[in-house]
Amino acid sequence: MALSAILAVGLALRAFAITPVQIAGIGAAALFAQYLGSLMTATRFDPRSALVTTLSLSLLLRADGVTPLMIAALIGVGSKFMLRFNHKHIYNPANAGIVALLLLSEGPLLDAAWTTPGQWGTALWFAMLIAGAGLFVTYRAARFDVPLMFLGAFAALIFARAIWLGDPLAIPLLRLQNGALILFAFFMISDPKTTPDGVISRIVFSAGAALIAYILTYHFYIADGLFYALAIVCIARPVLEWLDPAPHYQWGDPVKIPALFIPSKRRSKEPAPHPLPAE
Amino acid sequence: MHRSLKKTLFAAASATAALALTGGAVAFCGFYVAKADTKLFNKASKVAIMRDGDRTVITMANDFQGDLKEFAMVIPVPVVLQEEQIHVTDNAILDHLDAYTAPRLVEYFDEDPCVRDKYLERAQMAPTAVMEDEAGSRRRDGLGVTIEAEYTVGEYDIQILSADQSDGLAQWLVENGYKLPEGAEATLGSYIKQGTKFFVAKVNLEEQAETGLKYLRPLQIAFESPKFLLPIRLGTVNADGKQELFVFGLTRSGRIETTNYRTVKLPTGMDVPLYVKNEFGSFYKDMFHEQVEKENGRAVFMEYAWNMNWCDPCAADPLSSQELRELGVYWLGNDSNSTLPRRPGPQAQDVYVTRLHVSYDAQTFPEDLVFKETGDKSNFQGRYVLRHPYKGDANCEAAEEYKAALPQRFEKEAQTLANLTGWDIDDIRDKMNEAGQDFDEPAKDPWWKRLWGDDDKKG
Repeated sequence: MALSAILAVGLALRAFAITPVQIAGIGAAALFAQYLGSLMTATRFDPRSALVTTLSLSLLLRADGVTPLMIAALIGVGSKFMLRFNHKHIYNPANAGIVALLLLSEGPLLDAAWTTPGQWGTALWFAMLIAGAGLFVTYRAARFDVPLMFLGAFAALIFARAIWLGDPLAIPLLRLQNGALILFAFFMISDPKTTPDGVISRIVFSAGAALIAYILTYHFYIADGLFYALAIVCIARPVLEWLDPAPHYQWGDPVKIPALFIPSKRRSKEPAPHPLPAE
Repeated sequence: MHRSLKKTLFAAASATAALALTGGAVAFCGFYVAKADTKLFNKASKVAIMRDGDRTVITMANDFQGDLKEFAMVIPVPVVLQEEQIHVTDNAILDHLDAYTAPRLVEYFDEDPCVRDKYLERAQMAPTAVMEDEAGSRRRDGLGVTIEAEYTVGEYDIQILSADQSDGLAQWLVENGYKLPEGAEATLGSYIKQGTKFFVAKVNLEEQAETGLKYLRPLQIAFESPKFLLPIRLGTVNADGKQELFVFGLTRSGRIETTNYRTVKLPTGMDVPLYVKNEFGSFYKDMFHEQVEKENGRAVFMEYAWNMNWCDPCAADPLSSQELRELGVYWLGNDSNSTLPRRPGPQAQDVYVTRLHVSYDAQTFPEDLVFKETGDKSNFQGRYVLRHPYKGDANCEAAEEYKAALPQRFEKEAQTLANLTGWDIDDIRDKMNEAGQDFDEPAKDPWWKRLWGDDDKKG
């Protein structure tokens, strides 16, 4: 986990215009928000979720200075504690940070931050795919269906469009070779804490995100359609869960009382959850 | 002035010659000596795109060489354009933009090693004719092609078409004298299904004669559309070999980049051998193609990204407000026709220019170029450095060290050049030798001579 993070950060530095200071800024802001949130909700401070958010933001969001990125991290991790419904946070933290900053860049923080969806070479894309799939099989097997369904639905849509238009298949293939898409599928939408727990609602959630992303990107020409799509389906998620109720996902143990309600003495004896932390 | 400048710059063998031409461009970070322009590349097209929100102005340079009667172009456009949305402009403006953003060569002269301090590089549209009304909109039965509008603008006869079927459109184009390459139908079909209109243009020979010009002027179109892209697919259908394209983005918030292809910075800031000064054109060309190869032909290269207020060093003066307005930068005032200051002045002009360079074919670039504007305002330029060794007399310990270090430095320059351009390293070394960059270690007194050299007690 740590190794892959270091590797990813190294690749990011080489391939993208992000400085170590910016990454450190994101990390500091994310950890601070996580610590503050843990204090306020009296839960155990676990830095790993904040670090995953740091990784995602470092790879996907760009800005001129450090401040906009730190704001994204604060909003992202903060949303995990503030925007909750039915004992689950509504938004994926990194996604919330990105969407918030993109919206702010249209208004009060003019042009403060942007994404770089095209800046992935084939090698980097491949590395991301392997790393994503590998990590997933190891840690998030219970939710492996989400990225596969999302990527499958998205691929089906763009291939169908290419066939309808009579375009060469090189075009949809090019579109699938987008690093941001792979990163999004394996590290963002797949987060078990923000995906529905029922199987049917997971299918609707993943396919819905793919459909919305496709429409925003190719019919409304919104370059960041991917991130808006996840934000939209996350709002709809409580409805899906209400229609298709299922027990909450917990790390290492699928059915358990939410950590919030475990007395602090008992909590300290809990074995540390080994899997990739929730975002 | 810019045109004569361009012609002479390639011949400019000395820094002084170039300096005289550029009006003494003693730059902040070295002396600007030469620039490379787009004319080096065969079949290179130049396109300027002003983009702000959905507002778009595209200026397309026309490098058509043959018989004007033969000229015909088909450009997919997102909307039906009214006559006021079409304009012709002067070649000189695009040439100026090209010159301003071109990769540049600068040179430094080493100081006397005996006196120098630690050297610090500090650098781091016209008549009103309303679009034909519905009654005037003619539908060609059978072919499904509608002429949405017809205008004569400058030396061009222009029609805006919409179509139902690709075969109908293809047939219409052929019947009307547009040569369509084989395989173009499928591409046309894809555009039709996406609701695209077609801007087709031919030369009106009478109007052209009236202009008195021997060339065709750039065509400009202004429209609003959420699509921020440049259609390149039709051009790749029958192309033999790769085509070169230069895109000059004029935006407000920061540089542009492609979202569906990688945008890579051209290598910059390297020290290269002195003789490159005389071969800068071929250096730029070969370096570009070598970099394209390194990216497997799949990258868009950023060659320049800068605020239009200034430049450093300047390959050409920044464009004037008037020129920028002509290229579609509508937010600039009309008041000034003077050249902008070279240093950041009090009045921010709010124009950011990005120069992208693509070498493409249907295989490596199957899809149209899609752009996005970023908030990135950091400066970037293609800049290559010549370092002249100190030539004067210097007799001190530092000078010996300095001289001893030179061959190593030259070797590094040779390797840099070979790596950048793919040129043969031995050829490079030979040419460097001819140009006075000698790889032989200077004859040096043995160390013990200095140890007891001044002593009387000789053995």
